[in-house]
Amino acid sequence: MSHQALIAILLLSPFVGFLLNGLRYRSQNYVLAGSIATGAVFVSFICSVMLMMDLIAAPADQRRLTANFFEWIAVGGFKVNAGFVVDQISSIMILIITGVGSLIHLFSIGYMHHDKGVTKYFAYLNLFVFNMLILVLGDSLLTMFVGWEGVGLCSYLLIGFWFSDAAKAAAGMKAFITNRVGDAAFIIGMFILFFSFGTLNMYELNALAPTTVEASWLGAATLGTLMLFIGATGKSAQVPLYVWLPDAMAGPTPVSALIHAATMVTAGVYMIVRLNPMFVAAPNTMMIVAIVGAITAVMAATIGLTQYDIKKILAYSTVSQLGYMFLAVGVGAFGAGMMHLMTHAFFKALMFLGSGSVIHAMEGEQDTRLMGGLKKYLPITHFTFLMGWLAIIGFPLFSGFFSKDEILWQSFASPRGSVFLWVAGAIGATLTAFYMTRLMALTFWGKSRVPKEVHPHESPVIMTIPLIVLAILSVVGGFIGVPHLIGEYLGHIPNYWAEWLAPVIKTLPEAAAPHTATQEWALMTTSVTLALISAFVAYRIYTSGKGTNEAIAKAFGPVYNVVNNKYFVDEAYFGGIINPLVKQSQNLWMYIDVNFIDKTTHVISDMTKGAGSLARSFQTGNMQQYAMYIGLGVVVVLTFVLMR
Amino acid sequence: MLLSVVLFLPLVFAAILALWPQKSTIRHLALGFSLIEFLASLAILRNFDANSAALQMVEQYAWVPRFGISYFIGIDGISLMLIMLTTFLTPIIILGSWTSIADRVKGFHVALFVLQTAMMGSFLAMDAVLFYVFWELSLVPMYFIVGIWGGARRIYATIKFFIYTMAGSVLMLLAIIFLMRLTPEVTGGSISASLLDFYKLQIPFVAGEFFTAQTLLFFAFALAFAIKVPLFPLHTWLPDAHVEAPTPGSVVLAGVMLKMGTFCYLRWVIPLFPEAAEHFAWFFVALGVIGIVYGALVAMVQPDVKKLVAYSSVSHMGYVILGIFVMNQYGVNGALYQMLNHGISTGALFLLIGMIYERTHSRMIAKYGGLASALPVFTIMFIIVTMSSIAVPLTNGFIGEFLILMGSFQYSPMAAGISVLGVILGAAYMLWMVKRVFFGPKGEIVTHAEEDKEHALHDLSVREWVVMTPLIILIFWMGIFPNHFMDYSKKSVDHLISNKHNYTLEVK
Repeated sequence: MSHQALIAILLLSPFVGFLLNGLRYRSQNYVLAGSIATGAVFVSFICSVMLMMDLIAAPADQRRLTANFFEWIAVGGFKVNAGFVVDQISSIMILIITGVGSLIHLFSIGYMHHDKGVTKYFAYLNLFVFNMLILVLGDSLLTMFVGWEGVGLCSYLLIGFWFSDAAKAAAGMKAFITNRVGDAAFIIGMFILFFSFGTLNMYELNALAPTTVEASWLGAATLGTLMLFIGATGKSAQVPLYVWLPDAMAGPTPVSALIHAATMVTAGVYMIVRLNPMFVAAPNTMMIVAIVGAITAVMAATIGLTQYDIKKILAYSTVSQLGYMFLAVGVGAFGAGMMHLMTHAFFKALMFLGSGSVIHAMEGEQDTRLMGGLKKYLPITHFTFLMGWLAIIGFPLFSGFFSKDEILWQSFASPRGSVFLWVAGAIGATLTAFYMTRLMALTFWGKSRVPKEVHPHESPVIMTIPLIVLAILSVVGGFIGVPHLIGEYLGHIPNYWAEWLAPVIKTLPEAAAPHTATQEWALMTTSVTLALISAFVAYRIYTSGKGTNEAIAKAFGPVYNVVNNKYFVDEAYFGGIINPLVKQSQNLWMYIDVNFIDKTTHVISDMTKGAGSLARSFQTGNMQQYAMYIGLGVVVVLTFVLMR
Repeated sequence: MLLSVVLFLPLVFAAILALWPQKSTIRHLALGFSLIEFLASLAILRNFDANSAALQMVEQYAWVPRFGISYFIGIDGISLMLIMLTTFLTPIIILGSWTSIADRVKGFHVALFVLQTAMMGSFLAMDAVLFYVFWELSLVPMYFIVGIWGGARRIYATIKFFIYTMAGSVLMLLAIIFLMRLTPEVTGGSISASLLDFYKLQIPFVAGEFFTAQTLLFFAFALAFAIKVPLFPLHTWLPDAHVEAPTPGSVVLAGVMLKMGTFCYLRWVIPLFPEAAEHFAWFFVALGVIGIVYGALVAMVQPDVKKLVAYSSVSHMGYVILGIFVMNQYGVNGALYQMLNHGISTGALFLLIGMIYERTHSRMIAKYGGLASALPVFTIMFIIVTMSSIAVPLTNGFIGEFLILMGSFQYSPMAAGISVLGVILGAAYMLWMVKRVFFGPKGEIVTHAEEDKEHALHDLSVREWVVMTPLIILIFWMGIFPNHFMDYSKKSVDHLISNKHNYTLEVK
């Protein structure tokens, strides 16, 4: 089959699934709805695999399959096609989206079967996959933006899926509007790039990227990429626009796994990798990206320490892990960023689905204080979760280890890295190990705190199969990109990942400072040791039952209070921006429209009326009055004539 | 001939309806007539040559030869789509008001058809006096539609609407007479009211001096049109008129009438007074930008859904003005597109609000809540139209808004930087409203309807489906294949932008 046809089927299959389920949205036949939706995404997965095989078969410098369907917008010099590209970068993304996506769809059949809106749910989920595929395959920033806003819309619909609950509907709205703040900047970024380089096609932009790095903050590449990055902070939940993601946990748990962990939230990272030559030309932007990533990684991890809702912990963990990816791309380690994007998709989707399995077993309960000791009731969920835990804390040879280690090393060794970035990353890794171990201990280990009326039970096979597959990927997924140093040590394992991406990744123009293997080993050992110690401490505290929030609040005092309240960021936004804005808008309406403009209009009309009444007083119809006017008139005229 | 047929067919229909004896078949007849009119306008579309910027299907007959006044009409890429919008919306309006207009059915439809001719006349007229006649004529039926079939404060609203518009028109009339007196310079002695002769005038312009002929004439015209648009701060008649107007009145008003204002900037103001328009562009750009942000902010705090949508119109029309006055291809093409979008999506919003008002007799946002579980199909339609209104890609709204913002960026990055706030605020006011009306726990109205079986809420009827479907189709069609529509206007817009200093239209 030609690759145009493959790309068309890849894109349209989830859309057809959306239509099939959307048109019969009232149906409660979850098997049919789930089969259609899962099948639709699986068809796309097959297409992705076939496209990937075509790519692998092609010579390294010709790995680019394009499909141009029609001219979308053409005004003056501005032309954008409905054009899609599968290359080294987007092929990885479509495999993740459709592969992990299929598993999550499958899991949903079990998870959502009792829900009245199950068909609608699957319709939305398919629509999301369709938009996500447009996002990653679009060949220009504007086609990417179509998917970018489209996934935001689906996210809005799915977060507010149980819309009767006001808080959930509000969470959906918050997600959309926060994203729009980023999107507005993204639009401006597109304008800057278009008017400076004359195109929005990403390949052309990359080819036109300045060859000498821009030192100025006001250069086109710098300003343009900076604006795009602000867009990314919205979609990928980075400081300062991350606030919507924790609230987004209001949606069904598989949605959190698919949209708010594995795919949509990584769009910002993908966008930067996609445009890497442009970002390389803008070191100032990259510095901001790295700093924002490092701050987010640490800040979100600290909030994760204090949460008790199992999904909220995972949500803050996601924000933090996304911070790592931005740290990576910010120091120019684009391959490592993409690698962490993939391994994170595996282990975080796994853990979100695992938490779904736990919530399912606990009959809807999400508070880890009411869990504990679930290991014996949920053996498969526990074991697979354990694999995810080992991957995320960076236990040697698990997938997260390779990607995170590479990021930490690059944040130090890259010409655009710094020891401070490494320290932030290492602190983040230590905190990650702590809160994830805490999550494991509170949920699965220690004594059971499950209320008597709840009877936890292992989930059905349709839910455990995706867990098992994702667990396997979380364990072995890292071997595709073994860092050079470890590869040598393990017996010459080549870094397939770096080789694959090399043709589309621009290397930094600055010469790297010389670094020794000893340094690399030392840093690696330090961060891994810190993480392991931290995990051990958390294990001791939380399995012994000493780790109550009262005890910790006492130990840390006001610091705990600030962190537990998520640094009061939401409160600051509401108190500092949103509430004053609404209040001032009320004033605009009352004072400008009603009291000023309308009052002025009324004054003018009253004056006209007044003049009218004055004129009316001359025309009463009273003959005697008229006679008097005539008499007066005659006198006036006569006086005038005679006086001359 | 075709153009005149399309232009006057509604007037003929109005006459037939006025004499029609049978009350029960008035609606059916009117619907049939409006569909015939739509088909007739499709013939224009078919005969239109999109590869030419010329004035096409021209008809010119002497009317008052002594003053050079003629019956002179023609169509080009700028007016074509607005004519199509008018003929497309009329059947939808008639079907949409099937049950909401209960008394004086005949009078209502007569007024509607007279209005249709008047509005199309102001798009097609190429003679200043003829234009003025149509422009003023359009006020009369609208005055009755709001004044007779409107809400409680309809008399206040309708007088405000009428006087505001009249105040602007008076200055315009003076300006037209002044221009006619200048024409002997270019016609070789005889007076003329032809717009093509007006185009040839070189009206003296001195930058920095307000009291020069071109500047004064520019403001006389610009003010009349600004009131119609309406441009901030002349907008306060619009929310009142919308709130009091019956649903079909609001749809015509938002759908077509406001575009008469913006269209005339392209047909009259810019080509006639190019120097003044360029010199004062910053002023209109600023008012457009203020309108975008101000309209959105004020929309956010409205307690009445209809008033919210009315203020959103102020914001959307701010975009159109912004696009027009940046005077580049992106801006003007986007503005023209945005006129169509606004007609479709705001028209659809008013229709939907009318449907829910018929069921519950309330438009107060605070009384709603949880409507989505009672009316699922209605909710889906409303959300689709909302997405178009807040310009989500693949809906029509995105194309217009994006091109306008792009054009404004080329004109001044700061203008784009401020007006892009409209992208955020638009999502905020619409989604906040959607949340309060459709989501959350069941509000007063929904609970009441559930308890009272007689007033139970019914989802969309077949008729309402038929009303909404063409609009929904267009929302996506125009969003995915904008070229199908824009190709008709690109040539004319191009011609206007590149030749505005010595603009003329070839006659074909």
